[in-house]
Amino acid sequence: MSNAIIELKNISKSFGEEDILENFSVEIARHEFVTILGPSGCGKTTMLRLIGGFETPDNGQIFFDGEDITNLPPYKRRLNTVFQKYALFPHMNVFDNVAFGLTIKKIDKNIIKEKVSEVLKLVNLSGFEKRNIDSLSGGQQQRIAIARALVNEPEVLLLDEPLGALDLKLRQEMQLELKKIQKKLGITFIYVTHDQEEALTMSDEIIVMNNGKIQQKGSPIDIYNEPENAFVASFIGESNIIDGIMQKDFLVEFAGTTFECLDKGFDDYEFVDVVIRPEDIKFDKEKGKIEGVVNSVVFKGVHYEMRISAADFDWIVHSTTMEPVGSRVYLDFYPNDIHIMKKVK
Amino acid sequence: MKKLQKLYLYLILVFLYAPIIIMIIYSFNESKYRVWTKFSFKWYIELFQDGQIMSALSNTLLVAVIASVLSTIFGTIAAIGINSLKKWRKSAVMNITMLPVLNPDIVTGIALMLLFFMAKLPTGRLTLILAHMSFCIPYVILSVLPKLKQADNRTYEAALDLGATPALATWKVTLPEIMPGVITGFLMAFTLSIDDFIISYFTTGPGVENLSILIYNAAKKGVSPSINALSALLFAVIMLLLIVINVRTHRASEKA
Amino acid sequence: MNRRWYSAPYLVWSLIFIVVPMLMVAFYGLTVVGEDGSFIFSLENIKRFFTPLYLGVLGRSALYAAISTVICIILGYPAALILSSKDLKHKSVMMFLIVIPMWMNLLLRTYSWLSLLENEGLINQFLRFIGILGSEEYIQFLYGEGAVIFGMVYNFLPFMILPIYSVMSKMDYSIINAAEDLGANKFNVFRKVIFPLSIPGISSGITMVFIPAITTFAISSILSGNNVNLLGNVIEKQFGIGGDWNFGSTMSLVLMIFILISMFVMPDSEKESQGGLII
Repeated sequence: MSNAIIELKNISKSFGEEDILENFSVEIARHEFVTILGPSGCGKTTMLRLIGGFETPDNGQIFFDGEDITNLPPYKRRLNTVFQKYALFPHMNVFDNVAFGLTIKKIDKNIIKEKVSEVLKLVNLSGFEKRNIDSLSGGQQQRIAIARALVNEPEVLLLDEPLGALDLKLRQEMQLELKKIQKKLGITFIYVTHDQEEALTMSDEIIVMNNGKIQQKGSPIDIYNEPENAFVASFIGESNIIDGIMQKDFLVEFAGTTFECLDKGFDDYEFVDVVIRPEDIKFDKEKGKIEGVVNSVVFKGVHYEMRISAADFDWIVHSTTMEPVGSRVYLDFYPNDIHIMKKVK
Repeated sequence: MKKLQKLYLYLILVFLYAPIIIMIIYSFNESKYRVWTKFSFKWYIELFQDGQIMSALSNTLLVAVIASVLSTIFGTIAAIGINSLKKWRKSAVMNITMLPVLNPDIVTGIALMLLFFMAKLPTGRLTLILAHMSFCIPYVILSVLPKLKQADNRTYEAALDLGATPALATWKVTLPEIMPGVITGFLMAFTLSIDDFIISYFTTGPGVENLSILIYNAAKKGVSPSINALSALLFAVIMLLLIVINVRTHRASEKA
Repeated sequence: MNRRWYSAPYLVWSLIFIVVPMLMVAFYGLTVVGEDGSFIFSLENIKRFFTPLYLGVLGRSALYAAISTVICIILGYPAALILSSKDLKHKSVMMFLIVIPMWMNLLLRTYSWLSLLENEGLINQFLRFIGILGSEEYIQFLYGEGAVIFGMVYNFLPFMILPIYSVMSKMDYSIINAAEDLGANKFNVFRKVIFPLSIPGISSGITMVFIPAITTFAISSILSGNNVNLLGNVIEKQFGIGGDWNFGSTMSLVLMIFILISMFVMPDSEKESQGGLII
């Protein structure tokens, strides 16, 4: 048995004239918290709806545990979904909402009761059985939506931007809680979001998507530290992306200066994107390879965010120390902080 | 399954349109009886020479135009006032306004008839117009109020701030903003008035018939086929009117 | 400065043309005319109404109206369901076609059924033509209860379709997805989610069909040739030649109260579609 619980093979899907996914393939590993991350319209929700069974692909196959489920209707799939804006049944109370899936399966009433109260405990809403949906806050509705899916003991839980409607603090709280639930149950979570911070916080693996294609697949640390292209770099965290020319292996020229780097395998004199994280820039009053002027300083709580123009480029620099606006400063970079990427055509 | 669903809808439409289509076909039949003889515009020509039908038609249109125009003006002003009322007053007024909407027409008709009788108002075109206004105004209010709620009260206040008198600000700023609702209200009032039978039946006087009453009275004796011609014409007019309304609301919703 | 004064003329108007007339009905309904022509307070007419004759009329009217309402639900619900399905093409044209007949004069439409249904009408002629009936035979469609119920269904069916459609088309599609996701097949999705959520639409459809149906007198009078007497016909007669206005008012009053009670026991209805029938 392979380690993939869900596999999409050469999937194509278009709506009218618009191709959302084209020849798209991906494997999702068992027991992991996998996040699909990308801007809106990148095809991430479509991918989730294909797995859930709400859309059928124009071409290609979907496998669940090695079994072809491409044409299986949603109600026969062993997975459940937590919907955007929850999609709770407004005409039922909390208990009936959570028990819905079990009632359909005609499970014994006492067992249903037990399971519902167990899952409500898991989401910290014990005793809410008789409450009406309208009487719950957004965060509580969210928990009910999760409980309603989990009570069916799915092997895979699909979550479609479930925290989008919550405010920041609640969102952060729920992120940790979701991660905890996933760890405890040990099932696969496929989580769709456009929020990179959310993805970095929760995931075992992140799949970054854009324009219906996978840009990068890897652990949060890999994706943050080693973005494979300029899109990933700019989408995950803040980045300085500047044009450069690869002189030869381990040597790159940008901002009118040559720097040592760790990248190789490019053509000589190939045009490349050079990506440098704002917190990786060495910033000094006296010495450094390029010279610039501080344009603005904003205090961000832990660090200062400075805009420094140097070598015809507007650099974003994060640092715990600052220089006042108008000061002359020098910038420099360590080789392992310079990320070289092929130009995307 | 899809085909079956379509078929079902078509059957419903056939059911709804069968009598209308038959009516239109017979309006072009030369014979007075319901046997097809040959195509003719005879009944359309007779229609315009039939004094009774023509007077009923003119009564219907006259009442509808006067009642709907007055209702629109009156109802719009009322809606602006109601919109600025405070909570309980507002809901009290709205409850009264809903009465003619929810009450069965026959009760409204009888109630107004008793009123006119007690007031010693001779029944005829005047009472007909008053009665129609009394059930049209609530519909105008109901279609203008939502627009007033949407309208930005700050624009009205801005106009006051810039030196407009309240009346001028209402006229120049509020009215244009709620215009779509006013027009919908007018069209609704007009169609309701043209269509009404029961209330008219109780509130009109001797010798003043509108079309509905004419048909009702004639149905017992047998109706001249000119009525078919008239129905066909009315159908065409209503069709046109509804297309206009729908294009309007469609545009409005696209803008929104 | 305050625009609430704009409502003052309307307040006067609504007092005269809405409140006072209602009070008049109550006044007439609870009085009788004495020998000298004066009004005497009396419950005599109420008592007269609660005799088998008039209760029978009320019962019959309510029964016919209820049967028509049920038929409207049976015919209209599937239509609304199909109309609201998201992959129906030309939806707005379909809705438009459903609405148009409502704006045709009710009497005209009812009247023109005569030419289809009468003994020498098109349907009988057609049945003779295809040989189901002999050349002199006919089926009597008109002049009975069946015709009256038929006329009610015909005239009020769109009023059932529209509010149900309006509720269904506003239904959040993700809720249906959620039910499927939780293991409900098409039938269960309908039974457990779509149907319960469409009840407000059905409920306002019932109000919009039942009330005009129970109070009509034109439909019954035209299609039954005055053979079937409903409450509307009886009330109407009291305001004709030789009628008793007081008793007519009493019956209107009872009718009003009956309808108020039946609206009260109805589940919450879809308010929006009642005011805005123009789609």
